[in-house]
Amino acid sequence: MGFGSLVSIAISAILVNNFVLSRFLGICPFIGVSKDTESALGMGMAVTFVMTLASIATWTINRFLLVALGITYLQTVTFILVIAALVQLVEMIVQKTSPTLYQALGIYLPLITTNCAILGVALLNEQEGYSLVESTVHGFAAGIGFSLALLLMAGLRERINYADIPQPLRGIPIAFITATLLSLAFFGFSGL
Amino acid sequence: MNTLVSSVVALGGLGVTVGLGLAYASIKLSVKVDPLIEKVRDVLPGINCGACGFTGCNAYAEAVVTENAKTNLCIPGGARTSVEVALTLGVEPEATRKLSARVLCQGGNAETVRKFEYQGVSSCHVLNQTAGGDNACPFGCLGQGSCAVVCPFDAIHMNENGLPEINISKCTGCGLCAGECPRSVIIVTEAEHAVDIRCRSTDKGGVVKKYCQPGCIGCGRCVKICPFEAIELKDSLARTLYEKCTSCGICVKECPQNTITRGPLFQRSAAPHTVHKQCCSIDN
Repeated sequence: MGFGSLVSIAISAILVNNFVLSRFLGICPFIGVSKDTESALGMGMAVTFVMTLASIATWTINRFLLVALGITYLQTVTFILVIAALVQLVEMIVQKTSPTLYQALGIYLPLITTNCAILGVALLNEQEGYSLVESTVHGFAAGIGFSLALLLMAGLRERINYADIPQPLRGIPIAFITATLLSLAFFGFSGL
Repeated sequence: MNTLVSSVVALGGLGVTVGLGLAYASIKLSVKVDPLIEKVRDVLPGINCGACGFTGCNAYAEAVVTENAKTNLCIPGGARTSVEVALTLGVEPEATRKLSARVLCQGGNAETVRKFEYQGVSSCHVLNQTAGGDNACPFGCLGQGSCAVVCPFDAIHMNENGLPEINISKCTGCGLCAGECPRSVIIVTEAEHAVDIRCRSTDKGGVVKKYCQPGCIGCGRCVKICPFEAIELKDSLARTLYEKCTSCGICVKECPQNTITRGPLFQRSAAPHTVHKQCCSIDN
């Protein structure tokens, strides 16, 4: 496990296998919170934060509880439980220790307790057989990739607001078309 | 059998541990929020417009409770919110003034000369930076409707002539439109004022006449005829001194350019609108 493999995991998670645009995970916040760049940034930061923590927590639980007892078929259920509890705990700690950070992240944290992108990171970590460090890097990079997609989308949608769009396409329909084009553009990275 | 037992024990144990841990954490890490702040926030409109001078409804609610901010600062909420906030806190409500926005320009597509045909994105800000706007008047409305987009109350719509029209019954006077307009064509003032000089051009009269038919030419007839000295002439533009204006409307008839018009409110009350506890029935 060299530095090079970590870099390749990171680039893969950010660009090539971008969670939103290539794996189609976390579409709900991608459409819901991409109306302006400010909230997109907040959501992106919250997701990155939780993904990194969730990678560490689920890896530990998986290795020392599920694999040890030979009950890996319970992964999905266990991961949901662990991630939901973790997000709750993190929210409480942030609220207690840093009101400023809570103002910035607070409203987005409950939104991602059972987000499929976060569960996806945990399950992919296991599927790929990543070590603890690799899992952490993968989780963090996946969060960065998610933020990148969200910010790009928010920037595009802010511009689209000013464009003269045919009435039936206004709002969500044009957002879906934009997302499609963005996704196609990201598939260009698969040659990397 | 072995797998069954270990699954139940592992998942059950994990669930119970996590549950107990969270319960303990919620007691240990609880943050005390003054319940009054939450109550005050609930009676505020929650649109976070910032017209009160604080960063949002939350910040205002906190300021009302902890720093004794006045109860009448919420402009969209108006009299009703002032009373509700005061009732929540158990203090006397402060008097409120109803504010409304008004458009100080009559230069729509029909009245003004256009320099070119604009086909870009429909944003006043973009148009303003595109060769100084298509409107030959450098002070007039650009007609792209950025004010209508930003209005959270749906109180502004663009009429066929390309000018914003303000629905006075929906307008709360929050002033978001006035801040959005790149040419400061929209102002917010007390809703009682019924007479507006609807021009912002400080160009000389001859220049104004070339590009806008109802623009102020700075002739000064309104200044002379006003019995209350409520109009001043500066840079060839007549301006209303709203604190002196009684909305008598003599200037409306005098203006040769029809720049001065009756504002949105036709009736006016003698004294500023004062609120008493009895006037609104609120369940609380």
